[in-house]
Amino acid sequence: MESISIEGTPKTPAVGFNAETGVIEIKGRSIPENSIEFYRPLVEWLEDYSKNPQKLTTVNIQLEYFNTSSSKCILDVFKKLESIKKARNDVIINWYYEEDDEDMLEAGEDYESIIRIPFKMIEVVD
Amino acid sequence: MSFDIDEQFSKMNDGEVLLAYKGSITAQLITNVLGVVETKLDHVIDKSITKKKIYNVLVESLQNLYHHVDDLPSEFNSGLDMHFGIFVVSKIDDQYQIRTGNFIKTEKIKSLQERLDKIKSLSRDELKELYKFVLNNQKFSDKGGGGLGLIDIARRTEGNVDYEFNDYNTNYSFFILNIKI
Repeated sequence: MESISIEGTPKTPAVGFNAETGVIEIKGRSIPENSIEFYRPLVEWLEDYSKNPQKLTTVNIQLEYFNTSSSKCILDVFKKLESIKKARNDVIINWYYEEDDEDMLEAGEDYESIIRIPFKMIEVVD
Repeated sequence: MSFDIDEQFSKMNDGEVLLAYKGSITAQLITNVLGVVETKLDHVIDKSITKKKIYNVLVESLQNLYHHVDDLPSEFNSGLDMHFGIFVVSKIDDQYQIRTGNFIKTEKIKSLQERLDKIKSLSRDELKELYKFVLNNQKFSDKGGGGLGLIDIARRTEGNVDYEFNDYNTNYSFFILNIKI
């Protein structure tokens, strides 16, 4: 299965999805006006990956900003991961947030309470 | 006498204005504005968290504006662009203010007003629950974020959101949203 590697832009995050290592990363800013377009291929990739996932999938989400248009798409990503976990595979989700950024920590907690995978909250100190 | 846009715009240009705009609201414009305001905020604010909050609210409010500027009918005949909107980012006393203005069909006022009043009346925890509920249950349209934008703004500003509707003509009013951070 092909990996996904996308460079970040001022409005969209850097993305690295690797089926061989089982490492899934989204980093940077996610503030496009229409997020569905950007996230659709990512959700489709996860759909494929979920048919034959690694024993352990490690997810690193490190967002500086994301808008509400992205928030639903990010939830779709998490829901795919939840289904991988439900099929008895290990999934670790690392949610990174900048020191003192309570809003971003709370955003991670919101997702954690919707999907049934515990998040590891990691404060990034400059 | 009907509502005067220019008068309203100059009224909104008070305090220390970081950026003021009147005209067509496009995706490219928003990208440019976000870049400019971010650079300015870097110069005037030291605290990264405050900067982030302002930037976040600015993104939501401008994208909200972008998604909701109603196409003006050709017979509108005001000499204004079809996707007309205004916004001002300024600092008044010790608060940052983001104000946006756009035309709205008069028939849409009631439901928007009810939503705003409801959001304004909710506590921090209630807003969090509403946000999660809408996030998890509501289908998003291609147009927008399914109504999460206003909830998100209210959460980040602790409900510091005011609004007004000004009659423009029989079919349209001018909606102003005033956010304080």
